[in-house]
Amino acid sequence: MKLLTHNLLSSHVRGVGPRGFPLRLQATEVRISPVEFNPDFVARMIPKVEWAALLEAADTLHLVEVPKGPIEGYEHDEKFLRQMHHVLLEVDVLEGTLQCPESGRLFPISRGIPNMLLSDEETET
Amino acid sequence: MAAPSTVMDSDHQSSYKLNKTEKKFLRKQIKARHTLLRHEGIETVSYATQSLVVANGGLGNNVSRNQLVPVLEKCGLVDALLMPPSKPYSFVRYKTAEEAKEAYVTLNGKEIVDDLGQKIILYLNFVEKAQWKELGLQALPPGLMVVEEIISSEDEKILLESVNWTEDIDNHNGQKCLKHRRVKHFGYEFHYENNNVDKDKPLPGGLPDIWDSILEKWLKEGFIKHKPDQLTVNQYEPGHGIPAHIDTHSAFEDEIVSLSLGSEIVMDFKHPDGVTVPVMLPRRSLLVMTGESRYLWTHGITPRKFDTVQASKGHRSGIITSDVGDLTLSKRGIRTSFTFRKVRQTPCNCSYPLVCDSQMKETPPSFPESAREASQLEREYVHRVYEEIAEHFSSTRHTPWPRVVDFLKALPSGSLVADVGCGNGKYLGINKELYMVGCDRSQNLVGICRERHLEALVGDALAVPLRSGSWDACISIAVTHHLSTAERRVAALQELVRLLRPGGMALIYVWAMEQEYKKKKSKYLRENRLRQGKEEEIHSDAAEPESLGEQVPDAGDQDAPCRVSAATDVRAGGGSASKVTDAKLPVHTNRTSFRSQDLLVPWHRKGNPGRDEPVGATESRAPGPVFHRYYHVFCAGELEEACRTLSHVRVLQSYYDQGNWCVVLQKV
Repeated sequence: MKLLTHNLLSSHVRGVGPRGFPLRLQATEVRISPVEFNPDFVARMIPKVEWAALLEAADTLHLVEVPKGPIEGYEHDEKFLRQMHHVLLEVDVLEGTLQCPESGRLFPISRGIPNMLLSDEETET
Repeated sequence: MAAPSTVMDSDHQSSYKLNKTEKKFLRKQIKARHTLLRHEGIETVSYATQSLVVANGGLGNNVSRNQLVPVLEKCGLVDALLMPPSKPYSFVRYKTAEEAKEAYVTLNGKEIVDDLGQKIILYLNFVEKAQWKELGLQALPPGLMVVEEIISSEDEKILLESVNWTEDIDNHNGQKCLKHRRVKHFGYEFHYENNNVDKDKPLPGGLPDIWDSILEKWLKEGFIKHKPDQLTVNQYEPGHGIPAHIDTHSAFEDEIVSLSLGSEIVMDFKHPDGVTVPVMLPRRSLLVMTGESRYLWTHGITPRKFDTVQASKGHRSGIITSDVGDLTLSKRGIRTSFTFRKVRQTPCNCSYPLVCDSQMKETPPSFPESAREASQLEREYVHRVYEEIAEHFSSTRHTPWPRVVDFLKALPSGSLVADVGCGNGKYLGINKELYMVGCDRSQNLVGICRERHLEALVGDALAVPLRSGSWDACISIAVTHHLSTAERRVAALQELVRLLRPGGMALIYVWAMEQEYKKKKSKYLRENRLRQGKEEEIHSDAAEPESLGEQVPDAGDQDAPCRVSAATDVRAGGGSASKVTDAKLPVHTNRTSFRSQDLLVPWHRKGNPGRDEPVGATESRAPGPVFHRYYHVFCAGELEEACRTLSHVRVLQSYYDQGNWCVVLQKV
């Protein structure tokens, strides 16, 4: 699971509503999977990122080099875009858990795949 | 949370100059420290403590406890050695910090030879505490028993010698050389394709006489209730395995017993909920599977050369716990297993109807009358089936549908796109300018996406685990027709709308009731004709509707041996397109027109090539099992109608494409 994907996930445990975001990430195995750098693509992703959620996730992985927010003129700042490219697209969480911030429900990440399935009881309204 | 201490080079004992090799080791040691922190979250410290993390000295690196302990003990008294399974490091705690310091100084850069004979260099760093999160304590699957030392070493030798692997290669006794092991059958031949036997074709000769007295003894001692009439002998070399399976319920009586000779092995038992329990089967032990462990849990052997096992001598058989203070590696030897079964003459009446082929026959599913029933129907006739057929299904789903591709290619660069019901991910990599995330109910299908380096997660179309209002586009291709009530289908569409940002678009495809449109038969129907002879042509065809390449040529379901066959003759009368209520769901005949909107569509699973196929024997493959998937096929206008009930939506486009009804929605 890439951190950009993590940034787009939320939990839908019954009654949680929009408070199922961001999921708290705990990783026990992380791999860096190199991805070809495409500055335009990364620049287009920046406005779609929920920055606070990204910082929190990066913090739990001890990724120190995450900028505190999009910087002025980032579309043309290769250093910034390369950093973001690495953080969003190359950091790959293989094993760990995601926790719903509202209900505390834990979802496993195994072999790079988050399993977000809920039981009927957890979803029925 | 305490910030990780900056560790760079604060710990140089800089009174003397480092030589080149020492510098290299120091560099590697620092690197190991960073890797541990970054990938494993293990924080090292720059001052001496009692505990060290030993990078490279782990079970995951093929270093066993027996190898590592003597190396570590040269520096002092080892208080504890924690070896987490499959990790390339371990933790050691010494009695005193002085001893730990001694180890730190002398063992950094130390070369040892692992269990495979390869050189490994250890790098040590201090940690505050040697600890590892323990997994929950596990219990043996209910009904499972391992009886140790059930026969003597002398008998073991005689029994192993009694198996003649060289005779009758021409298959009189059902001897086969499978890709992963050697197999021999007595009494009846066991077909791994469907985990069943042909009850009408007993093998000549029955069980070898040598077993007679042994089986009598086991009967008398109560390990078995029936005298077995079927024996399968498997020989596993190190590295061999057997895929996880349940022996077909209707084929055999409750208890199945297996004697392990020659060598021990770890067998994995898996509950449908996902719990896996590794169980050690010591040499000369008898595994007895009854009840839940026989009917509900799968069992299998992972193909590998080493097993992770308990290190302490007192603990041989049974469960491999997650006590990392007591794990090591055991090199596999040649194991011969003798599995005894009793062929069942009456239908199975176990308490696990969901996995029981006998009971599925007796209760073909009905049209659901409540949300709970709908959910159960989908679980059994959609989710479970896709899980079972994932590999074969995926192998038939290689060509993306052209108009779905057109939709994805027309989206602006940098669009976020969710593929809800992504299957094997055939659309996820279509347009490199998009960021696409797939979601599917089937763990096995998502696993295939992951193998293809695509982003995907396991989730439900009725509670898509993605953030609201943030997606530029969604696709839902051949998904909504698997939901069994109108409310649930609308709810699934509403989920797509929830995901979209205002202005975002969704493309939805569902299978059409009308397989003939504007006097033209859909490809699905036309292939019935095509399939009479030339199957290759179909696969090279560009347009690939829902069902393309789905089946082996359909000679009528009646002829195929079915796992769930009895439902075949339950058909909706009248052939009307009206909704079936309070009725059993009809089973569709593939490549014919639909006669009901709610129905079961058979899937004939072909054997998994290369898994359990006899090597070089393609001529006599038993037909694969049949699975039934629930579908609600949509009538003309029905999809648009459903879309009109959604809020914040306008229908941009609706069309018919190769047997499917399709809609493009926009969130307003």
